[in-house]
Amino acid sequence: MQSVKNPFSEEARLRKGLTVISVLAVLIVVMFIISVNTGYIRLTPQELLHTMLGRGTEKQELILFQFRLPRIVISLLIGAALAVSGAVMQGVFRNDLADPGILGINSGAGLMVMLLVSFYPTTSAAPVYLLPVIAFAGAAGTAALIYSLAYKRHEGIAPVRLLLTGVAVAAGMSAAMIVLTLRLDPEKYQFVATWLAGSIWGTSWKFVLTLLPWVVILLPYVFYKARVMNVLHLGEQTATGLGADVKREQFRLLAAAVGLAASSVAVSGGIGFVGLVGPHLARRLVGPKHQLMLPVSALLGALLVMAADTIGRWILQPSEVPTGIVVAVIGAPYFLYLLARAKS
Amino acid sequence: MNQQAVSGSGLDRKPEPLKLRSRPLAATLILIGGLIVLALGIAVSVSFGAADIKLSVVWTAIFHFNPDITEHQIIRELRLPRVLGGVMVGASFAVAGAIMQGMTRNPLADSGLMGINAGAGFALAVCFAFFPAVPFMYLILYSFLGAGAGAGIVYGIGSLAKGGLTPARLVLAGAALSALLTALSEGIALYFRIGQDLAFWYAGGLAGTKWIQLQVMSPWVIATILGAVALSRSITMLSLGEDVARGLGQRTGLVKLAGTLIVLILAGASVAIVGAVGFVGLIIPHLTRYLVGVDYRWIIPCSAVLGALLVVAADLSARMINPPHETPVGAIIALIGVPFFLYLARKERREL
Repeated sequence: MQSVKNPFSEEARLRKGLTVISVLAVLIVVMFIISVNTGYIRLTPQELLHTMLGRGTEKQELILFQFRLPRIVISLLIGAALAVSGAVMQGVFRNDLADPGILGINSGAGLMVMLLVSFYPTTSAAPVYLLPVIAFAGAAGTAALIYSLAYKRHEGIAPVRLLLTGVAVAAGMSAAMIVLTLRLDPEKYQFVATWLAGSIWGTSWKFVLTLLPWVVILLPYVFYKARVMNVLHLGEQTATGLGADVKREQFRLLAAAVGLAASSVAVSGGIGFVGLVGPHLARRLVGPKHQLMLPVSALLGALLVMAADTIGRWILQPSEVPTGIVVAVIGAPYFLYLLARAKS
Repeated sequence: MNQQAVSGSGLDRKPEPLKLRSRPLAATLILIGGLIVLALGIAVSVSFGAADIKLSVVWTAIFHFNPDITEHQIIRELRLPRVLGGVMVGASFAVAGAIMQGMTRNPLADSGLMGINAGAGFALAVCFAFFPAVPFMYLILYSFLGAGAGAGIVYGIGSLAKGGLTPARLVLAGAALSALLTALSEGIALYFRIGQDLAFWYAGGLAGTKWIQLQVMSPWVIATILGAVALSRSITMLSLGEDVARGLGQRTGLVKLAGTLIVLILAGASVAIVGAVGFVGLIIPHLTRYLVGVDYRWIIPCSAVLGALLVVAADLSARMINPPHETPVGAIIALIGVPFFLYLARKERREL
């Protein structure tokens, strides 16, 4: 980072933000090329280009278009969605530890998946195509439950109340999952545990299409709300004083965050760390203003999940390491390093 | 780092004199009443179970022990250590949670955030995967070491940074390290297919509590809880914010180090004995604050009593629900704790 004369001026901040965004974009492109090349069958950059232009062999086309591309696109989408979802939660709750998991997204989805699996005699008999639907229903249902439990008639929603309610409900669900865990047979347990650890298993265009509308509509919506989020960040009373309809804005933003997180959980299981760490890293890089912080969060999240997915496919070939595990293993040390270096 | 995201409740607090928000009378009643109920709970817990034993027999088993009587054996070797373990673990988790919440001013903080649970879990995962024949006592030792290493890393990273250890940094480093260690444990568990064995251990249970564990633990726990009470005034100051505490002449670095050590010893020892029943550490301090106000001189002892009560009650239920099978005690604590906590969340009066 070059030092600018006045590092706090608006212009300097914007310039730095644009630099960060372009660097991230380049990194994403590089990672994308690596990612397409990673897997059981290698494609040289030349073959890749040929295939992209529709001049590859049938086998190359199949690998690229039917397996790798959808998966990479999904990893990018959920990375961006989870990071922005986390940014919204941290902003609305004004709590550093808030992430999509706080509203019970992961535990709700996990519990439903576990129930579904435990109802069928074997994992192979369980209708796998139902999983994303069930996971989404569990996630969104849990978020709705938490919201209604925290709602009070004349006050609406207080962030602290929502936060604590979320923690309580998530703890209840985790406890239910522990009880179920002890009763599952080992094979089913392995399946559920893999799902919970966060693996991108929706590797077809069908899943991309189910995820796409959520991300394409909700991400721009949240970006559009960046100024509102700046105001909310000043505290409820200040925001009200500045003329924001705090309750309504909080609800809209949270609903968008839940939609983003729930649709991600549906295709990838519980990838937890992105939503926590993405926004923090973004704030480190470009400061707390949401106009820059949100897009940077999205790019960081996308990069992190795509990289993690690539590493997870490559490290123990031909078996795969769940993406969620890799995300935490590469994301956490870096985050800790940043914390240790930070100026207060 | 945005400082305001850290201010715990995240609400614009109005400063009030502490006196108005502390309820010594309620606290005294809780302490006395709680101890009486706890004594009853212990008695009930020792006499109920898969084999019911009269209270009079319990009395003689404790004070006139006769090794030839089976019932005396059951009480001496199984039930008594178990219930005393519950008291210790409950009090430990609750006090550790109260200190964490007070120090960090974050309502979501508990001992699990120090990387303690995750560290213990990781040590266990490694043991189960690579040294499956490790004897039980060593497992406990390793999980304690794991807990200590986790907390040490979190504390070290928090302190490394310029400006020293801020509560915000402690909380974030804890969350990040927990995520990392949990992910590694999950990876090991998936790869070696030992997830369910780990879950059994981790579901939390006092069933295996032995006298030897209590002997090793109790002096530490008792000393540490007393230490926590001694530190409580400083914790109250810290809970008003670091600048306030410094302004009142407190050496905040020292207090935070002492507080962290207390949390480590209490939570580390407890996790090693019962696995993850950390929820106690999250809810009991909230409940206690709701009952006795914001003065940690009252919060800490009352938390200890209420935490002990919760775990003893949960352990009793775990044995009663489906005898002779045990329900995971962690699940019962959540079952009791969650509705309670929901009610509290609705009543939240915006104080920490």
